[in-house]
Amino acid sequence: MSEQIPLVDYLVLDDGGPYLVAHECAGCGARFFDRRNACAGCGGTEFQTVRVATEGEVRAFTIVSLAAPGIPVPFVASVVDCDGTSVRANVVNVDPAPEHVRLGMKVRLVTVPVGVDGGGVEAVGFGFEPVDAPSGSEGGR
Amino acid sequence: MAADDVWILGIHMTKFGKHPERDTVDLATEATMRALADAGVSMRDIGVLAAGNLWGGPAPIGQQLQKQVGQTGIPVYNVSNACATGATALRTAIMALKAGECDLGLAVGVEKLAGAGLLAGANRKADEDESWTPRGRFGAVAPIDGRIGTETMPGVFAQIGMEYGHRYGGTSFELFARISEKNHAHSTLNPLAAYSKRFTLEEIMGDVMIAYPNTRPMCSANCDGAAAAVVVTDRKLRTMDPDQRRRAVKVAASVLTTDPWEEACQVLPNVNTLTRNAAQQAYETAGVAPEDLDLVELHDCFATAELVHYDNLMLCAPGEAVPFFESGATWRDGATPVNVSGGLQSKGHPIAATGIANIWEVCHHLRGEAGDRQIPDAKVGLAHVIGLGSACGVHILEKAA
Repeated sequence: MSEQIPLVDYLVLDDGGPYLVAHECAGCGARFFDRRNACAGCGGTEFQTVRVATEGEVRAFTIVSLAAPGIPVPFVASVVDCDGTSVRANVVNVDPAPEHVRLGMKVRLVTVPVGVDGGGVEAVGFGFEPVDAPSGSEGGR
Repeated sequence: MAADDVWILGIHMTKFGKHPERDTVDLATEATMRALADAGVSMRDIGVLAAGNLWGGPAPIGQQLQKQVGQTGIPVYNVSNACATGATALRTAIMALKAGECDLGLAVGVEKLAGAGLLAGANRKADEDESWTPRGRFGAVAPIDGRIGTETMPGVFAQIGMEYGHRYGGTSFELFARISEKNHAHSTLNPLAAYSKRFTLEEIMGDVMIAYPNTRPMCSANCDGAAAAVVVTDRKLRTMDPDQRRRAVKVAASVLTTDPWEEACQVLPNVNTLTRNAAQQAYETAGVAPEDLDLVELHDCFATAELVHYDNLMLCAPGEAVPFFESGATWRDGATPVNVSGGLQSKGHPIAATGIANIWEVCHHLRGEAGDRQIPDAKVGLAHVIGLGSACGVHILEKAA
C-alpha cells in the first residue's frame, strides 16, 4: 500500500483506524476537534485525546449544489451525532437527492480518497455512509 | 423609565440593490446626511460615531466617512461583528450615551456586495505544493470546505432549518419555500428593496437549488446599501422641538449576546440559544411580551433561518414554529407580521447595513410613515440580527407616547 496522510489531523488511519479523535476536557467532557487552551464550556485546562464513535445518525443535512471551485457537486453535507459527539462530515456512498437521505439515518465512518501528491503520497479524507450501504465501499464521490 | 432612555432621533436607509457608480463612502455618506437631516441636527452636534463595514478594505470606514461629512475630532469606533455589525454599531453609540459621554450619537453600516456571489467561511486556497503539508488548526492538507461538510452560508443555514425539523417535525421543502413566498410578496410594497417581485410557490421551488432545501430566491440577496441612525439621550430630547419629540422612537431594549458553549455549537453554529437569550433579556428590559409586538424584522438570511427564529424570539410556543407559520400569523395581515420589508431574501443583505436597516423599517412603521406597507397603529416592534460566529443583536422599539 502506498504511503497515506490524513486530510486532517483528527482522522487516524493507522493503529486500527479509521476513526476520529477529539480533545476531551477532563473537567466537563466537552469535545473539540482542534486544540483549546481552556475549555469553552467550563474553563478547564486539562484535556485528553479520545476516540469518537465511528457510527452515528444524521442530525442535520443539506445537499450543496453550489460550492467552492474544485468541489464536485451536488454533495450531502451533514452533522452526524456519534454517540453524543457531533461531527461535521459529508454523507457519502448515497445518491445526493432528498429522497435518499433522511434525518435520523444511521451512518458509519468510511475513508474517502482526496488525491495523490508529487511524491506518491495519498491524502485520505473521511465521510459517513449509510449503514445499509455495501460494506467496505470506498470513494464517496 | 426615563432619565437614561435613549431614542432614535433620525434614521435612513439607502435604496438597496446595485450602485455601480458609487463607492462604500458614497453610500455611507448618503445614509449619514439623510439620517442627520431626518434628526434635524448636524455632524457638529454628534458626540460619538460607531461605524461598520466588512468588505470595503482596510481603511476604517468611520474616519473615511468623517473626511466626507465632517472631521470634528469625536471618538470613532469601527466595529465588526459579522452580520450583526450594524446592530453592534448602533448599540455602541447607545452605550456611549448611556455612559454619559455625550447626548447625540451616530451609527452607520454600509456594504457593497452586488455580484459577490456565494459567501463561505474562511478557507485557504488549494495546495499548489508538490507534497501534502498539514496546515492550520486542523492540520489539513487540503481545503476542508466541501470535503468535510460545508461552510457555505446557504448550506449552514439549510442544516439549521433541517435540524429544527428533525427535532420537532413538520418541516418540508415546500414549507420553507412558503416562508420565502411570504417575504417576496411583502417586498412588492417596499420601493427600497433590492428585489420587489412576487414569486409563486412553484417558481420558488423550481428555481436553481443552492443548498437543499434553499433555492436561490430563498437565499438573502447580496447587494449594496447603507443605513444610519442618530440616537439622542432623553435629557437632550426634552429640549428639542415638538416635531422632533413626536417622531423620536424609544429604544426600549438594546441587547447583544454571543453563543454560550453547548455540545455541537462548534460543529454547526447554534443560532438558537443566543437569540433566545437576547430576546429574553430584551423583553425583560422593555417590559414587553412577544404578543405585544406589532411587527418583527428578523434575520431571514435564508428561508430555513426564519422558521427557527419564530421559536427563538418566542413568537410561538417552543417547538411550534411550523403551526405558527401555517396559521398565517407572520403575513402582514397576521397576528405577528414578520419581515414586512420583504426580509433579507428580497430587500437584500448588505451585511453591515442590515442591523440598522431593520431598525429603520420598524421606526418607519412606529412613526406612521411606512406608506403602502404601513402596519396600522403600530406601537412596538422588534429588530433581530444574527452574525455567524456568533453574535445576536435584538432591539425593541416603541412609538413616542
